[in-house]
Amino acid sequence: MNLYEYFELLFTDYTLRTITLGTAVLGAICGMLGSFAVLRKQSLLGDAISHAALPGIALAFLITGAKDSNILLIGALVSGLIGTFWIRGMITKTHLKTDTALGLVLSLFFGFGMLLLTYIQKQPNANQAGLDKYLFGQAATLVEKDVFLMMIVTGISLFVLLLFWKEFKILLFDADYTKTLGFNTRFIDILITFFIVLAIVLGLQTVGVILMSAMLLAPAAAARQWTNSLSTMIVLAALFGAFSGVFGTAISASQNNLSTGPVIVLVASVFVLFSFIFSPGRGLLFREIRFRKNRRDLELQKTLQFMFGIAQTHENVSHPHAIKILNNFQGFTRKTLQKLEEKNWITIAGQEWSMTIHGYNKAKNLYNQQEEND
Amino acid sequence: MKEKIAIQVDDLTVAYNYKPVLWDIDLVIPEGVLMAIVGPNGAGKSTLIKSILGIIKPIAGSVSIYGKPYEEQRKLVAYVPQKGSVDWDFPTTALDVIMMGTYGSLGWIKRPGQKEKKAALEALEKVGMLPFKNRQISQLSGGQQQRIFLARALVQNASIYFMDEPFQGVDASTEIAIINILKELRKAGKTLVVVHHDLQTVPEYFDWVTFLNVKKIATGPVKEIFNDTNLTKTYGINYKVAVNK
Repeated sequence: MNLYEYFELLFTDYTLRTITLGTAVLGAICGMLGSFAVLRKQSLLGDAISHAALPGIALAFLITGAKDSNILLIGALVSGLIGTFWIRGMITKTHLKTDTALGLVLSLFFGFGMLLLTYIQKQPNANQAGLDKYLFGQAATLVEKDVFLMMIVTGISLFVLLLFWKEFKILLFDADYTKTLGFNTRFIDILITFFIVLAIVLGLQTVGVILMSAMLLAPAAAARQWTNSLSTMIVLAALFGAFSGVFGTAISASQNNLSTGPVIVLVASVFVLFSFIFSPGRGLLFREIRFRKNRRDLELQKTLQFMFGIAQTHENVSHPHAIKILNNFQGFTRKTLQKLEEKNWITIAGQEWSMTIHGYNKAKNLYNQQEEND
Repeated sequence: MKEKIAIQVDDLTVAYNYKPVLWDIDLVIPEGVLMAIVGPNGAGKSTLIKSILGIIKPIAGSVSIYGKPYEEQRKLVAYVPQKGSVDWDFPTTALDVIMMGTYGSLGWIKRPGQKEKKAALEALEKVGMLPFKNRQISQLSGGQQQRIFLARALVQNASIYFMDEPFQGVDASTEIAIINILKELRKAGKTLVVVHHDLQTVPEYFDWVTFLNVKKIATGPVKEIFNDTNLTKTYGINYKVAVNK
């Protein structure tokens, strides 16, 4: 099945439609809540939480013996939340820095989770296979009720986001100030963190614990490049996330069932790369173009000013001068002269140039004009 | 002179780890003064403001605003944090930041409307930033960012203003603009408490001063207590300041 066939089947095949819808919804909620993680400079928190969820999945399986995804996700949610509170506790109660606490919890929980997974695999139980899909994700295993759950959680978090929009925004920007206004910042903080944990846990089946954090960060990082408004950023991040989910799943399903997580993350990374280079305001390309254009303009103006200095010494400002006398001036090229002539600031006749009245006035006011532009 | 007490601090002690940052501070600030808090780095100036505002929890001590606990009087108090305390690359505009000053009176969930927007625009005008209302905040200069923070506090329409180094890293024209606004506020009967670093300008800008170095050294009218003795006590070196009389 190639990519084209995949999208054609989308309209007829029930399973494919379920999977695609699921990854789209997942991408959207991750982009939305990931924006908060990025703006709070808690990008790595997502990584720690997703890794911390692994032992929860394994324990839930060991305790219940069932592979029902909802039960496993509850296990993931519990151990993810425990990991989060450990991190917070470590930061406030000890002198450890945030990155140290994150690293410790991440490796401790993940190590424990892997240990449990290998233990489960050694058990003589036919039901055990397939838990390792939570490492890298397998979208193909999504069923209708998984997608339904995703949609409910997305709906709830969207509702909460809209309800507490003002509180979320001010907390993200200036937490201390928010406190002085009388808001319970702890409550807002826990609310945001809880929904981030929820989004991560929802994505584990599709993207897997190892790459889940990229799903949160990449769409948000890409969206930030295109806008200076928080609401637009969140909408864009949700869209980028949804597209990454859909395309990643499509590629993964059409190419021999590749692990979905890595493919989705690669697609999301393409969004990031594209945004970093091509976004008009902050992108590298347009910044470079603006930079070069400014340099060229300045060179041009500098040359004009130099000519102005020479022209001033004559009563007739349009008195012709040899091009040669410009040679000791840096930044002057043939092209510069052509540009100046195009702008009607000078005229060139053979090996001589002369300033036009227009150019003379322009040069005279050059410095003043620049001040106005500032 | 019959004076109303705006802020009263009793036995305030704050410690981050083991060493106290503030030790047993008693402070009475009368209504309507423009007061500077001066002291060396690490003297606890910002900490004093933050613990009065409940951002930092003190080990001991109490704070009252017009005779009642701070929690009941929040609406009377506005805060201008240090400019460096936030990320200015946050995706928002100047007007939007100033609107945040109205969030406290709005309370939970309720969104700002036309009335709040009008107040924010007026505050922008007051600090001379109206042309920049839709500017992304990272594209403002340091002085302009400081004016935005000041405007955000103005919108709160408070009686008492706490400001943490509002003159830090701003150019001369912004400094003059800010001090003029502060003096105007004092004239309107407001009380202003300002963490300040430039000792030279204390007599010119302020009428009240508190010397702080972990302990309170002195507090009172600038004319009476801003002298070499107190400066030496606070800064630990024989300090001579050129006071223009």
